[in-house]
Amino acid sequence: MTDVIELTVNGRTHQLDIAPDTPLLYVLRNDLELNGAKFGCGLAQCGACTVLVDGKPVRSCAYPVDAVQGRAVTTIEGLGTIENPHPVQKAFIEEQAAQCGYCINGMVMTAAALLKRNPHPDDIAIRQALAGNLCRCGTHARILRAVGRAAREMAR
Amino acid sequence: MITLPLTRRRFGQALGALTVAFSLTPPVCAATGAGLPGSLAGNRMLDAWLRINSDGTVTVCTGKVELGQGILTALEQIAADELDIAPERIKLISGDTAQTPDEGFTSGSQSIEYGGTALRYACAEARDILLKLAAKKLGTAYDKLTIADGTITAADGTITAQGGQKTTYWKLAAEVDLHREASAGVPPKPPEQHRLVGKSRPRIDIPAKVTGGAAYVQDIRLPGMLFGRISRPPSYRAELVSFDEERVRKLPGIAAVVRDGRFLGVVAQREEQAIAGRDEISRAATWRETPSLPPPDDIYAYLTSLPTEDHLISSKGGDAPPAAHLSLAAKHTRPYTAHASIGPSCAIAQFADGQLTIWTHSQGVFPLRRDLAKALDMDEVKIRCIHAQGSGCYGHNGADDVALDAALLARASNGRPVKVQWMRDDEFGWEPYGPAMSVELRASLDEAGMVIDWTHDVWTNTHTTRPQKDGCNLLAAWHLAQPKLPGKPEIIPQPAGGGDRNAIPLYDFPRQRVTHRFIPQMPIRVSALRALGAYANIFAIETFMDDLAKAAKTDSIEFRIRHLSDPRAIAVIKAAATYSGWQSDMPAGTGKGRGFGFAKYKNLSAYLAVVVDVEVDRQTGRVRVTRATAAIDAGQVINPNGLVNQTEGGIIQAVSWTLKEQVRFTSEHITSRDWSRYPIITFPEVPEIRVTVLDRPNERSLGAGEAAQGPTAAAIGNAIAHGTGIRLRDLPLMPDRLKGAFG
Repeated sequence: MTDVIELTVNGRTHQLDIAPDTPLLYVLRNDLELNGAKFGCGLAQCGACTVLVDGKPVRSCAYPVDAVQGRAVTTIEGLGTIENPHPVQKAFIEEQAAQCGYCINGMVMTAAALLKRNPHPDDIAIRQALAGNLCRCGTHARILRAVGRAAREMAR
Repeated sequence: MITLPLTRRRFGQALGALTVAFSLTPPVCAATGAGLPGSLAGNRMLDAWLRINSDGTVTVCTGKVELGQGILTALEQIAADELDIAPERIKLISGDTAQTPDEGFTSGSQSIEYGGTALRYACAEARDILLKLAAKKLGTAYDKLTIADGTITAADGTITAQGGQKTTYWKLAAEVDLHREASAGVPPKPPEQHRLVGKSRPRIDIPAKVTGGAAYVQDIRLPGMLFGRISRPPSYRAELVSFDEERVRKLPGIAAVVRDGRFLGVVAQREEQAIAGRDEISRAATWRETPSLPPPDDIYAYLTSLPTEDHLISSKGGDAPPAAHLSLAAKHTRPYTAHASIGPSCAIAQFADGQLTIWTHSQGVFPLRRDLAKALDMDEVKIRCIHAQGSGCYGHNGADDVALDAALLARASNGRPVKVQWMRDDEFGWEPYGPAMSVELRASLDEAGMVIDWTHDVWTNTHTTRPQKDGCNLLAAWHLAQPKLPGKPEIIPQPAGGGDRNAIPLYDFPRQRVTHRFIPQMPIRVSALRALGAYANIFAIETFMDDLAKAAKTDSIEFRIRHLSDPRAIAVIKAAATYSGWQSDMPAGTGKGRGFGFAKYKNLSAYLAVVVDVEVDRQTGRVRVTRATAAIDAGQVINPNGLVNQTEGGIIQAVSWTLKEQVRFTSEHITSRDWSRYPIITFPEVPEIRVTVLDRPNERSLGAGEAAQGPTAAAIGNAIAHGTGIRLRDLPLMPDRLKGAFG
């Protein structure tokens, strides 16, 4: 069963004729052709698909599209661009905080939400915020440094 | 983290009294005899490697592919330096059966050694050809020319009023003929002439990866593309009893249901519809299952009871064992370990005009093409495999398998491209794991505390079931009505070795016997996982060395150095000791422990030594690695930041393997099918990491990407033993045995 769903992603409004229980992830990736959010597990376990809904990180692989109607969805594309990156994106580039990079979307989005909520997180707070985001390459040490760097940059 | 570009002088200063002799022998990559260096040997034409374009760019082709290890950035540094051009001018083509050299697999930490060496010689020769042409054109002597970013200028002030004493690669592009066999006769630049090699350069792929750019095969969208999913049997040998295809076809958006033997798949207009189709297949199919997995509680006894092919891979010293002052023996085990990529395997396939095109994150597009041809009964030349990045793989995961899945679904889709991504449980349940292993060691000491006798026996399956010459090593091929069977399990020969990788100790023992007890029968699907057998062999050797050091009442590091003659090994060990503040008299049994581990990966690649600190909780037995301090010597370093990134990652991944990871199964099913049943390291558990690079620009580059795995495991085991007095020899090092057992 499809329905007309209206959703606002990165400030733009879209109307889609789609099954309301479709996970948001597939709408973002396949209908809106946004690459950032990744399919990792479909079980809300790994965090690769993280996007912000009204500023809060959610797992888009297990989040039905009709639940975001009337709310603002932000993906990593909406944070910044290569030319004009968000401070978190900039810090990840400066710290070279990626290996394969497949999990990095979730790291950046979760960190951006953390820094909005808590502009001065200590190391423990950063680790706690990212505790549900899995990385397999072992880039954790760099990711922690990048989030710390972004916090410092944003506090300037 | 500390990264010091250590010159000889600064290295000596950094280590204080520890002075180390460095060899300044020239690089050993010069062409010798009939063979061309590196991957040039199998791809002899210069224009297979590079082409000069009139638009101010250089096309560089490599058979090596980006796996998240930063290889493409490093190869650009090498090519740009040899050609005297800005790296931004390079257009890189990587891993495409229609366009690039066949360099086999991107595996085994060999891309810089083989691919980088080939590119270096090819570019040096191309530069020479361009200079000779320029000299002729300009009427100037070859040795009077200089090059800056592709512009060739006569350097002796002979520029004429006509302005004719200058040309560029781009002007010469149409006339220069690189379609000729490489001679490897032009020596590449010495390290002091490098501008890019040896300096950290930001990875070219990272900006897109942090901003949502198209970076992965998952991000490719083709016109008219459909989505596919596979529904595998519930267990390895399950037989399909019945399947009601109509139930699946009735679902919205279904474009095709594919059934071939026990291979079942579905194609749909939308991705979520394909996933729903997959779920429906599992309800519409009934299977007959027989317990086919080995006894989970006694896996090592089971494996070692299977028939073996025994290979004595090292034998030194007399027949009769010497009279011993003291002898020790120990048995070590390592479980089945998953690659556990964050992104499940993915591929896109399209049939058009009798041609099959595959976009794949395979580590070897040419070997994959050969196996696809076998599975699909096609002529190899009708298949093109194009590499696109995937999630990190750390060895042979489902990347090749999913390419065949996509091809089988595309064959039923009337020329439309089909993208297939495995679901999480496909990836965990069907990937070929790193093999379970058992390692038995025996050693004897003399009265002076020196090892006089050493025996190492390693029981293991093969460590490669990648696409190979015989058989077809793609999963779906085994499930077809007309199955194509896998090839015979292969032994990777010494000196690199497979399951016996690093089984031969680097230490100088007067008498030793090392036996590879190869088990051909594979009760669980296995293949190459980062470091192969080196992980378990080094864990065993290096923890046993600590036990021997203790028996000899000698400091762990001192004991190792007494048995080593390789100066680079000693230098890297001393560097790790210095930077970690190693002390021989640290109190033991306090719950806080410190341990050491070392290896020269494959006994022929990078040297790595690491000191690990742990804290063990007395009540729970839980182990936390708090810090890891490593030193690595990978010879000439191309991109220091890239090397440190790989090394940090290797350490953290090895901490995860060593403390947490084990594929769980029953006699019927693999039960580690999601992250809750296969936990890996999380942020709160990650140690502080410091990596020191011992750069040796005059030595050839050594493969480094897998160097940390074994030493880190051993250092953790040694740190636990130091902190608790309890020696754990069965991986992963679980807390049960430590609970309340010390202090």
